[in-house]
Amino acid sequence: MSERINIQKTYKLFIDGKFPRTESGRYIKWVDSKESTLVNICRGSRKDFRNAMVAARKASCGWANRTAYNRTQILYRIGEMLEGRRDQFMAELVLQGLTKKQATAEIDSSIDRLIYYAGWADKFQQVFSRVNPVSLPYFNFTVPEATGVVGAIAPDDTSLLGLVSIIAPVIAGGNAIVILASESHPLCSITFAEVLQTSDVPGGVVNILTGYRSELIEHFSSHMDVNAIIYCGNEGSDRKLVETNAALNVKRVVHFPEQNWSKDQHQSPYHILKCQETKTTWHPVGV
Amino acid sequence: MSPIFATPIDQIGAQERVSRLSSRSIKKESKVQALHLALNMIDLTTLEGKDSPGKVKQLCYKASHLHDSFPGLPNVAAICVYPTMVPIAKKSLEGTGINVASVATAFPSGMADLQAKLDEVTSVVDAGADEVDMVISRGKFLRGEYQYVSDEIAKVKEACGDAHLKVILETGELVTLDNVRLASDLAMDAGADFIKTSTGKVSPAATPPVVLTMLEAIRDFQAKTGKKIGMKPAGGIGTAKQAIQYLVMIKETLGEDWLSPNLFRFGASSLANDILMQILKQSTGNYQSKDYFSID
Amino acid sequence: MSKTIKWEYSPAPEGTDHIKLKKQYELFIDGKFVAPNSGNYFKTINPSNEKMIAKVAEADKTDVDKAVKSAKNAYEKVWSKMPAKERGKYIFRIARLLQERAREFSVIETMDGGKPIRESRDVDVPLAAAHFFYHAGWADKLEYAFPGRKANPLGVVGQIIPWNFPLLMAAWKLAPALATGNTVVLKPAETTPLTAMKLAEIIQEADLPPGVVNIVTGAGKTGQAIVNHANIKKIAFTGSTDVGKYIMKAVAGSGKKYTLELGGKAANIIFEDAAIDQAVEGIIDAIFFNQGHVCCAGSRLYVQEGISDEVISKLRNRMETLIVGDPLDKNTDIGAINSKMQLKKIESYVKMGTKEGGSIFQSSCSLPNKGFWHAPTIFTDVSQSNRIVQEEIFGPVLAIQTFRTVDEVIAKANNSPYGLSGGVWTDKGSKIFKVTKDIRAGVIWANTFNKFDPASPFGGYKESGVGSEGGIEGLSGYVDLG
Repeated sequence: MSERINIQKTYKLFIDGKFPRTESGRYIKWVDSKESTLVNICRGSRKDFRNAMVAARKASCGWANRTAYNRTQILYRIGEMLEGRRDQFMAELVLQGLTKKQATAEIDSSIDRLIYYAGWADKFQQVFSRVNPVSLPYFNFTVPEATGVVGAIAPDDTSLLGLVSIIAPVIAGGNAIVILASESHPLCSITFAEVLQTSDVPGGVVNILTGYRSELIEHFSSHMDVNAIIYCGNEGSDRKLVETNAALNVKRVVHFPEQNWSKDQHQSPYHILKCQETKTTWHPVGV
Repeated sequence: MSPIFATPIDQIGAQERVSRLSSRSIKKESKVQALHLALNMIDLTTLEGKDSPGKVKQLCYKASHLHDSFPGLPNVAAICVYPTMVPIAKKSLEGTGINVASVATAFPSGMADLQAKLDEVTSVVDAGADEVDMVISRGKFLRGEYQYVSDEIAKVKEACGDAHLKVILETGELVTLDNVRLASDLAMDAGADFIKTSTGKVSPAATPPVVLTMLEAIRDFQAKTGKKIGMKPAGGIGTAKQAIQYLVMIKETLGEDWLSPNLFRFGASSLANDILMQILKQSTGNYQSKDYFSID
Repeated sequence: MSKTIKWEYSPAPEGTDHIKLKKQYELFIDGKFVAPNSGNYFKTINPSNEKMIAKVAEADKTDVDKAVKSAKNAYEKVWSKMPAKERGKYIFRIARLLQERAREFSVIETMDGGKPIRESRDVDVPLAAAHFFYHAGWADKLEYAFPGRKANPLGVVGQIIPWNFPLLMAAWKLAPALATGNTVVLKPAETTPLTAMKLAEIIQEADLPPGVVNIVTGAGKTGQAIVNHANIKKIAFTGSTDVGKYIMKAVAGSGKKYTLELGGKAANIIFEDAAIDQAVEGIIDAIFFNQGHVCCAGSRLYVQEGISDEVISKLRNRMETLIVGDPLDKNTDIGAINSKMQLKKIESYVKMGTKEGGSIFQSSCSLPNKGFWHAPTIFTDVSQSNRIVQEEIFGPVLAIQTFRTVDEVIAKANNSPYGLSGGVWTDKGSKIFKVTKDIRAGVIWANTFNKFDPASPFGGYKESGVGSEGGIEGLSGYVDLG
């Protein structure tokens, strides 16, 4: 009796709520540590990034204008969907080299992190807004507002928790994001896109690319329509490149060193603020 | 009546404009010139229940003899009195060129029926009043009966004949600058020759934001119709400094055409002496004492 | 009755006999006034008559290094160890001293920079004192500014400020930096260094520990030395977007923090239902305040079509009442352009605007012969594609367009790489909230313009900058949250 042949998954990009192959037709061979599984990962290109940016820009305004309550529910929904697909993530995380115990912990943390930021989406504005006591007959108030479109280079050493820890605060704050997944651990990142796609996240709000960091980092940081760039990784030439290119259009730069993302200190409403602008409005008080 | 489109006025913005205008520093020759001009714009006023013929006579004398020991001073523009005092004032001022203004239309409240008001106007004009200072029906205005208010002004204007009509809005009772603007537009549309802030019997009387709002209404009315309407702030203007600030406001809002008693008056009772003191200070270099200026 | 008269305001110059100015200003390092390493001095002139006011020391790399050393030493040994409430008292003391000497500071600010005395007296100096006052109180209350976190100072902060609000910008920079426990090396602009040096005198009088504030004068090179100094933890800069970008590149990869207040090209939007006379006043304030040398100036005016004739006609009339001339005269509305270089830039933009097909109107004021002057100027018949609509002129030049719908005007307002400020004028409340929300800019003035307060955060979106100054948000740029 012959063994049943598995159906293998094609890992594609996630742009505008859809799963296209890279326009470049290129691929990266990915093999697990036991060399038992071979996957062809899309080698995303500059044009893929450009397309993702167009989608993100288009989606950003509508997302920012959703009610905070709605964003909260959608983030919660992402958590729900992730919870329901534990097995799949477990398998991929193990394939990527984690023990089952480690994988369970990473999935738990990722779900909890989504729920954490779901809870912040309708509160951070309240906590960080103010009415300022100006010395003139004016009502003056300050609110945080989404920066716009965020480009992000995800942490390389963690493929799920790191990705979630970057995406969640960015979209909780009403931004759209284009994120380059971990180069060495890409599988979960694409599978996470499937979670997003089934979680009522509007197309274009989150876009996930795979590919070579060394090839794409230049484009992420130099694109003139990116409002903020998040760079995860250690000090070095990449960070300098990102920060230098950020000057082109005065991008906000956020840097996270390699770190253990499971620690509680790496979740915070202050992370949401990193991709927020401060808007202050004045109006006279009179009759 | 033509439809009235309310022009909104932002109170804080108006106040800011006023404080900027009042920060003008008027010194030296420009101050002397302003003081003389202001003196010449005064409607010397007495509007009290206890007014007597004697007091009105004294006031009329003062109107043309402001401070005889200091020659070269102008006269005031007019004397403003109650209807019963018109004949006395008229007689006392004969030959001086100083006008007699009479309040009318059940001043200060305006609480009388239209016919009674018109009769009063006719009688003061017959008695020789050159100018009539009427009050609008604030109750009607505040109830939104703009047509009534407008018709009333138009009828009073008719009854005035050749006499100049000043329409008192009593801005202290209109409360908002939006109302002040609307009432100004309405009065000018209905035929006012002058618009005037207050009776002097209600506080606040003339305030700088109110006057600015009315001046802007006058300016816009001229742009629309070509007609030049006069302005008279009244009540609460007791110092030369205030008067000069109003002159600055006129100059920078309406231009120099309005720097004339033909188009601008101060309704005041104690202003003249303060201006006189300032004029003498400018001339002698010494600050003055009230003891040297007659209190009529 | 008498005829109308011509009534002109007599000159009303503010007296200058009470001010104390030295012939030469040194660097303020480690609590002392010291000569520059190079021995070089540059002149600072009065732009309204081109006369030299004083010579000012030019700091080079060695001087900057000395200043940073002093600041680092003061930070480590004194300032970071001092109880926060004591730190606050020093800042209160500076605020009070500044209030007491307000008149002297106003006059010097006007002489050195060309702005009308009315503005330096009523805006710059009182606001500068208010900034010290407001921030002083924060020193021992920072745990309430950042819930759940501890606010730690950064160390030595380098601050580079512009020439348009010399003293006020020094206050904006120094007050929050000191309140949060940092020490400072500050560089004023080379055309307007005097009030900063006078402030150094106050700082000395206030007995602030030596090295907590160091003030080094000079031009771009001095600034470069600050930006590139290894022991400076953060750069706070206000100035042009070009220099802001240069700073971003210079500190890239170094881990230095920065806040940048850069250029702007604010849209000022007037709807048909606005209070028009107040709006006209707002347009005037928006573009002619401080000769238009204001990064948040409302330099793009959008008027709804139905009222455009009325607004433009009123605007022209109002422009004719602006008094242009001697900045020290208390009646002057528009003073001198800050420098010859800036005047040339403005003039070239005006030429460009005409060449691009815009219709120009300038008030008929007469300009003095000596000094740098520019008449208040507006352009109509321009469009989004004109450079005078897109680029920051930093002068008294307004570009006017009309619009029909809310969506159209919001799209045009946001059609700019800048996002510092914006204005909206309408009597309708819900429209205000719609438009103020949709404009992508950090400060929105509704039914007003160009209002400032130390409690009110100020900062830009997009290429107008990074971070805020003022209010709680302004503090966050000077702390590490632990």
